[in-house]
Amino acid sequence: LDEQFCQIEDLQDEASPNFAEEVVSLFFKDSARLMTNIEQAIEKNPRDFNRWDAHMQQLKGSCSSIGASRMKNECTSFRNSCGDENDEGCMRSLQKLKREHGVLRQKLGSYFQLLQQAGPAETATRPRGA
Amino acid sequence: MTVVDAESRFHVLAVDDSLIDRKLIEMLLKNSSYQVTTVDSGSKALELLGLRDEVDDASSPSSSSPDHQGSSSLKDIPVVIMSSENVPARINRCLEDGAEEFFLKPVKLADMKKLKSHLLKRKQPTKCQPQIQPEPEQKLEPPQPAHKPEEAVAVVTADGTVISDCNGSSNKRKAAAMEQQQEGLTTPESTKPRLSNSSLAVET
Repeated sequence: LDEQFCQIEDLQDEASPNFAEEVVSLFFKDSARLMTNIEQAIEKNPRDFNRWDAHMQQLKGSCSSIGASRMKNECTSFRNSCGDENDEGCMRSLQKLKREHGVLRQKLGSYFQLLQQAGPAETATRPRGA
Repeated sequence: MTVVDAESRFHVLAVDDSLIDRKLIEMLLKNSSYQVTTVDSGSKALELLGLRDEVDDASSPSSSSPDHQGSSSLKDIPVVIMSSENVPARINRCLEDGAEEFFLKPVKLADMKKLKSHLLKRKQPTKCQPQIQPEPEQKLEPPQPAHKPEEAVAVVTADGTVISDCNGSSNKRKAAAMEQQQEGLTTPESTKPRLSNSSLAVET
């Protein structure tokens, strides 16, 4: 996770106390969907690098918006492979992406859990999950 | 929804096909005290602005008199482009075509400050004109009563290469319109993934 994640956390306020968690949760749903799209594209449109690249561009955008830098880098790698018309390279990148996605989901899940546990002192005056 | 007070406020229309980016830009803008509306496509944005088609505007009853002026106010709406692609040639073209500013994604709080300074620069002394928003838009933007002298800014980001027709035509209007700013509803379309690379679209 890079600086962008901090930006997201900074946007949290009293009116939206769980903004970061919401965005992250959205991200995981959205990125899972995008990765499925990519897999389908690879299956149904072999060597259609332009199409694969277009899908990956979307995923990369999402990753970048929440600060998922390792995933983002892997997206770039995938896109480079598309440029080289290297379908094996693409497959490898996609596998890595899925792994990173899983790892990130796990870590952020723990992170937000910890925040909730540590939170009460700050959030005593406002309802959680409002 | 926030209370709209008597003084002018900026109302931003954010356009982006990515839900994540929409959420992010919405929060960023709200954080900077803008009123925000988000849509997921360029055509919806233009619909919302009542500017989808000049022909439409002319023929629809709601576009007479006070509204009709609103229909031509796209040119008065400042447009900001956002994209994840850092392609100088394209960025320059956007700016030349009349975009106020270009933000590279991911958008940050600092970019909001830049936005504000642009908008403040463009503010005219004669602000208190009656609101000129096409009536149909009202139902799409309940928090914004038509009579409020709000300023809108359009921030558009183009995510993919999809370009809808209306974007093409609106692009020219935007280009032409950039010179003047009116006290109309100018919604910043910050995220408009539909905008094509070639036109006033920002790749997100």
